[in-house]
Amino acid sequence: MRREPPKTFGDYAPLLFPAGMLTIFFVVPFGTMIAVSFFQRQQGGFYTPAFVFDNYARFLSAFFGGVLGFSLMLAIAVAVCCVVLALPFTYLLTRMARSVQVLWLVALLSVLSLSEVIIGFAWSTLFSRTAGITNVLVALGIMSEAKALTPSFAAVLTGMVYQAFPYTVLVLFPALVRLDPTLTEAARTLGASPLKAFFTVVVPALRNTITATLIMVFIFALGSYLLPQLLGRPQHWTLSVLITDQAIYQSNMPFAAAMAVFLVLVTLGLVALTVVAGRRGEAA
Amino acid sequence: MTAFFRNFYFFVIALFLALPLIVVAGVSVNQKQTLAFPPEGFSTSWYGEIFLNPEWRNALVASVTLALFSAALAVAIALPLAWFLWRRVAPWANIFQLLGVAPFTLPPVITALGMLTFWATAGFYGQPWTAVVSHAIFFVTLPLVTLSLGFTSIDRSLVEAAATMGADERTIFRTVVLPLILPYIVSGYAFAFVLSLNEYIVAYMTVGFTMETLPIKIFNALRYGYTPTMASVTILFVATAAVIFGLVARFGDLPKLLGAMASDGK
Repeated sequence: MRREPPKTFGDYAPLLFPAGMLTIFFVVPFGTMIAVSFFQRQQGGFYTPAFVFDNYARFLSAFFGGVLGFSLMLAIAVAVCCVVLALPFTYLLTRMARSVQVLWLVALLSVLSLSEVIIGFAWSTLFSRTAGITNVLVALGIMSEAKALTPSFAAVLTGMVYQAFPYTVLVLFPALVRLDPTLTEAARTLGASPLKAFFTVVVPALRNTITATLIMVFIFALGSYLLPQLLGRPQHWTLSVLITDQAIYQSNMPFAAAMAVFLVLVTLGLVALTVVAGRRGEAA
Repeated sequence: MTAFFRNFYFFVIALFLALPLIVVAGVSVNQKQTLAFPPEGFSTSWYGEIFLNPEWRNALVASVTLALFSAALAVAIALPLAWFLWRRVAPWANIFQLLGVAPFTLPPVITALGMLTFWATAGFYGQPWTAVVSHAIFFVTLPLVTLSLGFTSIDRSLVEAAATMGADERTIFRTVVLPLILPYIVSGYAFAFVLSLNEYIVAYMTVGFTMETLPIKIFNALRYGYTPTMASVTILFVATAAVIFGLVARFGDLPKLLGAMASDGK
């Protein structure tokens, strides 16, 4: 049966429920959030309709600038670490037997589906003094006594790389599966070592995929709302943590909403910028 | 030499992914209520605690109920949409595909906050069913992507044949399309179910003050100190996810599903 344009009202009927649900429960909440970002905050956690820019004006502080800068820096660091770790891994994985691939994919999906609460708890246990990794090092005689490794920046970074690594592999997977294996074979036949073939053939062939993956992992890392809180100190809090904190604990919904709108704009802006840069790079 | 290097690399990655879970598994079998590794003594009582302690059991029931209903609602939204986009030429309807993918692509805090302001404004804040709707919207991407893939793999001449033999739209859907799309419905449901089970921020911002799901319960417990039940719940979650994804892999084509997921998800 060929695809046909819908003619009667009945042809549109299947669209009614999904379109209605998505409009009422996604578009309207998104609009509500934007509206609330312009509202006036009242004492005691309430807010009244207004049209003020006070909530946005608060961005113009050194504290906020610091949080924003740290969030972006952290997300970039996570994206770079993940892609560097995951690219060779995914490349080798796509060249393995199918059953091995499936096993790894199940494991990666299981880790990916884990709640941030659980990842945070697991890493804080691993980094704790009484049950942590340092006990192993003590037992091996490498360290003299066990100590806690959290809260620290390294702990936040490790936790977030752990969370984003399976995501990175799954984003890279389709592109690497489709990569023509004759490319590397040709390089190998011409005498390149496997390592050289990887860096001079595979990496350049995947330049656009790598850029796209970096952006996607960057956005994914920007969304991390609990790990900086569970594994870091207050100076390691990101914009996502700050939004949660303002909305729930400080009961300042208008300010939280303004920050969320700002986060959306930053995300979309960076995506647009990189797309433009990518096009220019290709044209040149 | 190369094989050795590769195996070593894979071993390090496997260790990185497994290490926190190994330690948590070790902690979960401690005899006393201590955070110690290697475990002191051996006891499975902390696993029993999940089902025997009323607080943890209620959180488990709340989480499973939420995941069952929200995954079903997500499939109910995604199925007619994916079918319509496959059956009809209507380019403007792709906007709804985009809307379905958006909540999952944006940072989760944004969807969560949008839901919070929406339910508070509408006056339903804290009602359990609002969490079901919120999760269904948040995770509708997963069944939408698997179902879109499923429809593209259906041979249109089968549908054509049924139409030529005089079957109407309803009969074609029930006897030809539905049996072919069923594996994709199941895997889309499975993905949404597992992720809903683990979701924290959207659930917390919609019903966090009136009910506790397991992730919310773990987070609240973390703030008041440590109990080994958190460790046993963590292991239970990992095992559940592994079993469900293992079943999807066993009865479906996991590399193909994932191959399509990222390219459509962009």
